[in-house]
Amino acid sequence: MNVLTVLVPLALLLGLLALIFYVWTLRTGQYDDPDGAAARILFDEKE
Amino acid sequence: MSALPASLAPAEPGLSAPVCAHCGAALPAGAGRFCCAGCEGAAALISGLGLDAFYRRRDGAEVGAQKPAELPPVEWAARAVPGREGSHSLDLMLHGLTCGACVWLVEQALAAEPDVTRARASLTGRRLSIAWQGPAARAEALARLVARLGFQVAPWSAACLKAAEDSEGRALMRALGIAAFGATNVMMLSVAVWAGSDMGEATRALLHWLAALVALPVVLVAGLPFYRSAWAGLRAGRVNMDVAVSLGVLATTAMSLSEAARNGPYTWFDGATALLFLLLGGRVLDRAARKRARQACAELLAMQSAEVMRLAEDGRAERVGAEAVQPGERLLVAPGERLALDGVLEAGEALLDTAASTGESLPRRFTAGEALPAGAINLGAAFTQRVTAAAMEGSLAQLARLLSQAEQARGRYVAIADRAAAWYVPVVHAVALATFLGWWLWVGVSWQAALVPAVAALIITCPCGLAIAVPAVQVVAVGVLFRRGVLVTSATALERLAECDHVVLDKTGTLTLGAPALLPDPARPQGALERAAALAASSRHPLARALLRACPDVVPAAGVEEVPGAGLRRGAERLGSAAFCGLSAPADGLTLYWRKDETAAPIAFRFADKLRSDAAAAIAALHQLGLTTELLSGDAAPAVAEAAALLGIPDWQAGVAPAGKAARLTALREAGRKPLMLGDGLNDAAALALAHASASPAGATDLAQGAADLVLRAEGLAALPAAIAVARRAQAAARQNIGFSLTYNVVAVPAAMLGLATPLIAALVMASSSLIVILNALKLGRGAAR
Repeated sequence: MNVLTVLVPLALLLGLLALIFYVWTLRTGQYDDPDGAAARILFDEKE
Repeated sequence: MSALPASLAPAEPGLSAPVCAHCGAALPAGAGRFCCAGCEGAAALISGLGLDAFYRRRDGAEVGAQKPAELPPVEWAARAVPGREGSHSLDLMLHGLTCGACVWLVEQALAAEPDVTRARASLTGRRLSIAWQGPAARAEALARLVARLGFQVAPWSAACLKAAEDSEGRALMRALGIAAFGATNVMMLSVAVWAGSDMGEATRALLHWLAALVALPVVLVAGLPFYRSAWAGLRAGRVNMDVAVSLGVLATTAMSLSEAARNGPYTWFDGATALLFLLLGGRVLDRAARKRARQACAELLAMQSAEVMRLAEDGRAERVGAEAVQPGERLLVAPGERLALDGVLEAGEALLDTAASTGESLPRRFTAGEALPAGAINLGAAFTQRVTAAAMEGSLAQLARLLSQAEQARGRYVAIADRAAAWYVPVVHAVALATFLGWWLWVGVSWQAALVPAVAALIITCPCGLAIAVPAVQVVAVGVLFRRGVLVTSATALERLAECDHVVLDKTGTLTLGAPALLPDPARPQGALERAAALAASSRHPLARALLRACPDVVPAAGVEEVPGAGLRRGAERLGSAAFCGLSAPADGLTLYWRKDETAAPIAFRFADKLRSDAAAAIAALHQLGLTTELLSGDAAPAVAEAAALLGIPDWQAGVAPAGKAARLTALREAGRKPLMLGDGLNDAAALALAHASASPAGATDLAQGAADLVLRAEGLAALPAAIAVARRAQAAARQNIGFSLTYNVVAVPAAMLGLATPLIAALVMASSSLIVILNALKLGRGAAR
């Protein structure tokens, strides 16, 4: 059962990282213009 | 790149008629590749910037939406916000932004300006932010550039902000993320407990407490939207669905804590967090669907927002917002401008189109000293108006207050989900309490052990399916309607729409196009139309405009003199009323006479306010849906009677004042009917707000759109019967979903009460019931798409 002491905290840490990442995407307004983002990916880079 | 993309017109698929290479509108006979000078200019501009790729990339653009328009008369420089080191920024609302290619075009065109440091257009929000290095005065040139590309621009207004600023929506999204984190991680720990039957006592306790460590903050934070709404409901003396959700989640958490403390076989933290996650998901979707509609409405309104020209004491004119004007101040009203404030005519005469405020389809002449209603449009020459009431006290503001009162009254309408919750929640709680008391006192287990089946009953009944049953249907139905060009602005609009049994219709601007059109007359001599139109070109009178529309490429005649209220003359040539042309024919309002000289017999041009092409079909469809109809118009009797006869509307009333319309709606409601009001004018706004449900066609006045539950954005009325059909199907689906959730409880609750339910079973039934409810809702969308 010793493996639990490593794996469980590791799993929770990874989950927490994902949550922090999600809150960051939310704060930087990445869900504000989903339609635009879908179209933007197809633009040619000019510079 | 070559100059102009040559293969543009045929690039519009499925259209065999020639269309404008820029905006896609049908080409007038004899035109080249563009429908107007504006489109030609836009295409030349785009090509000059090397951005022709736009035409190949865009898709699904609304026909004619990208016709270049005039820049609205706004003090652009004053709207620019100063930034650091001499930079400025400006936010614009864009109309006609329909696809990714439009975003690309606008951003690239602005980026080509050397001083622009940032240009970002939001396709969802229809918002364009520009930042540039340089003076505020550049704002107008940049806005004009966007307008020349073929996008209508308006300053980003408070109304837009209200629709877009979505701190509540963002809080929901954050809560959803937190709940997702909680649900997945607690589930990971729970599965370990369920699977590890040979697990030691100490390990199980450790996993219980780890789950509690994750679940407690998640339940407290992610559940906040529900706790707030439940608390608000309780304080107002109502039991809503959120009370059940809050109690279920909190009780489950408390019971699980007690189980963790005594190291019971299972904790139920996973159920609490998964429930929150599912419910938040439903709520986020529900919001997103309506946010789009609200934003589209704000966009329509922003295009109408006005500034006025104030005359200072020394005679200088300045542009100010209508809200800044005080009573007693003088305004200059330009030809074609809409009056933003109440006032009196200072001197001379004025010809105003009062269709929006009274419903009269013909313009009226006002003399000096007469009161001018706000909302009327100046059809004559510029005149001076002395303001009698500030914007906050004027007739428009009074109307707006009336609307908000009516809206509050409508806010008391109890949605079907809350009606169900009102009796469902007490029953569920009584069952849970009975379970607890039964196990504790009757069977005689410890109170902690008795909590388990009681709370299990609570969480299994906890209206997962029930709480998601109605939002899921709403999301699908609102989405279906949005794609058809119907904007649903109110949360309970669809429910109320489905219940309506009677339709009250306005005529001018709603059933008709709101503009007179020339009737064909085979007896008319050759060339008369052209001669008359040449005269008409110098007038803003609606009939003269209509004459010009019938003969658009005429060369305006020079030296035409307008006699207010009578007609136009050039030498002996006259165009105007019967009396003006020396006839004693009765004035029927919708006829113009033209004579070449004093000796020639006047030739009549008859006009009619044409019915919308699909009005008759729409009325027939409404009758087919079992609704009765009546026509209620502020216009004169003959025109109303004719329209009613043509459309097959049995009841009609003419000359109805705004108060009369409101009274009729109140009378209908008191008689137990559920009227649906369809109207577009300021004179309809009160009636719209009083109706059981209301709709406005595209192009309605802003107050009417604000009062309506539905805005029919696509041209035409056919969308209304379709919307009613969708609303009825949605209502049926919502009932099915609620019914299903209840039947499923009939099976699940006894199992939970007997203590047979484990967290695993609860998780499975919760997910499956939600899925079934969602699938049933999606069926609605598929049916509507066919």
